[in-house]
Amino acid sequence: MGEMEVDRADGRTASQLRPLACSRNTLHRAHGSARWSQGDTIVLAAVYGPKAGTKKGENPEKASIEVIWKPKTGHIGKLEKEYEMVLKRTLQSICLLTIHPNTTTSIIVQVLGDDGALLPCAINASCAALVDAGIPLKHLAVSICCGLTESGSVILDPTKAEEQKIQAFAYLVFPNSPLSVLSKGSSAEDDEPIEHGTITSVTHGVMPVLDYFNCLERGRAASAKISEFLRRSLESQTK
Amino acid sequence: MAAASTAGGSGGGGGGAGGFGAGDMEVEAYRRLFPLPFYERYLQNYVRPDARPLHRARDTSVALGPIASAHGSSSVKIGDTTMLAAVKLEVMTPSAEAPDEGSLAIEFHMPPICSPTVRPGRPADVAPVISKQLSDVITSSGMIDLKELSLISGKAAWTAYLDIYCLNSDGSLFDAALLSAIAAFSHLQIPLVSLNDDGRVIAVSGEQLENNSTIELVNKEKRKLSFQSIPFSLTCVLHNKYILADPTAEEESIMETFITVVLDSMGRLVSFYKPGGSVLVHSSTIKDCISLTKQRMEELQNILEDSTSAMEE
Repeated sequence: MGEMEVDRADGRTASQLRPLACSRNTLHRAHGSARWSQGDTIVLAAVYGPKAGTKKGENPEKASIEVIWKPKTGHIGKLEKEYEMVLKRTLQSICLLTIHPNTTTSIIVQVLGDDGALLPCAINASCAALVDAGIPLKHLAVSICCGLTESGSVILDPTKAEEQKIQAFAYLVFPNSPLSVLSKGSSAEDDEPIEHGTITSVTHGVMPVLDYFNCLERGRAASAKISEFLRRSLESQTK
Repeated sequence: MAAASTAGGSGGGGGGAGGFGAGDMEVEAYRRLFPLPFYERYLQNYVRPDARPLHRARDTSVALGPIASAHGSSSVKIGDTTMLAAVKLEVMTPSAEAPDEGSLAIEFHMPPICSPTVRPGRPADVAPVISKQLSDVITSSGMIDLKELSLISGKAAWTAYLDIYCLNSDGSLFDAALLSAIAAFSHLQIPLVSLNDDGRVIAVSGEQLENNSTIELVNKEKRKLSFQSIPFSLTCVLHNKYILADPTAEEESIMETFITVVLDSMGRLVSFYKPGGSVLVHSSTIKDCISLTKQRMEELQNILEDSTSAMEE
């Protein structure tokens, strides 16, 4: 429905993602690492930890998460600071922080290529790296970028050229299907399953409220595909 | 202190039932040691320790023009959160890509006086993030038409430097910063300029104009910016099923999930910002937050109108 109207430069349909690739344990000195790519957007994430002690100002009764963002070139600016904060808060919400109190886990994110949807790609890479390092997680998180074109249709996983052309886009993070250790009712609202909730949302550009809900719905549907890919690639590499 | 004594009463009742002597403890000690249970007792009754209902924002005041040397300035208080914003204009050569547009440079500062958590010499982590969000929201909402900042196409245009200082940080920093930015821009008076013999843009004072009527002004009419649509924001903290509008710093530190919604005066969504947090949001919560922001927008519009009329009197 309406998918054929959108003409994308790389010939994709509106809800088609770029090819995904994930390889784990690519770095030997890190406790866990992963390389995640979506088309030409490539991010390498390394996890060190849990290391003893927390930084000043962090709660010592919980594990602390530290995110260091390394851009492809140049110094870290305001945009990267924002990415660091969003990534840190997103990972804090999926990690079981009470298991290793008074420790710090560092996640170093190195951008290898930026062709749009950079933050979602970094979140996916970090999540895979955390699994590789064996950090206890409540559930996996999958992230996706939904773009809204001038005509009001939603395109998924836009490239950098598309991101600059479209009127608005949203970076969304969803949990994938829950693990049974989660105590019931702690995060699920009434009867709604947790995969219908949103962990993180960051939007750019002005959009009508209805279109935001449209983005949420389309993003959630596509996140199922990414989470299936993530699960599969994690399983195949654990053997 | 009235609120504190009620908490002590209910604490005593709960302590008797649970066999734990919460009621014997000083209320302040209980608040510090068990902040979350302390808050939950209030939330069960749909009230907060500062006697606000969950959805009500704190008292908000806007004053225009506290800084005489700036071209536009404002000070904003939301509860105890205080912001001071100032706009300064400078004439610059516009970029080649946009010859008839001015530019904006927005900076948000958190000096050590604003909070005990900010230490001298080490800038606060959130300051650059809020700075970035403010520029994103102000540019993407199209509030300011950059063409209005143009003086002579391709030759001269205004660059507006907006600096916001947080004087007291008590939660909902982004909301207060955005409100102070809007107020400072609405107070902005663009100075008169003319061209001198060398073709350079110079400022003209009122006295010069009276003494010498031959000065040709470049900008006779465009003295105020006209706003296309104004963005208004509301931050809410989430805890289980409760939504607390306009949280204080204490509430933000205890309940970590927050959402900032920015709507423009036409009702469109400028930003929906939820960075992680242990509470997942479902569409019903999103709708609630958006409608709370709509209510808050009407309040803020009235407050801004009152501040401008107070200025004119």
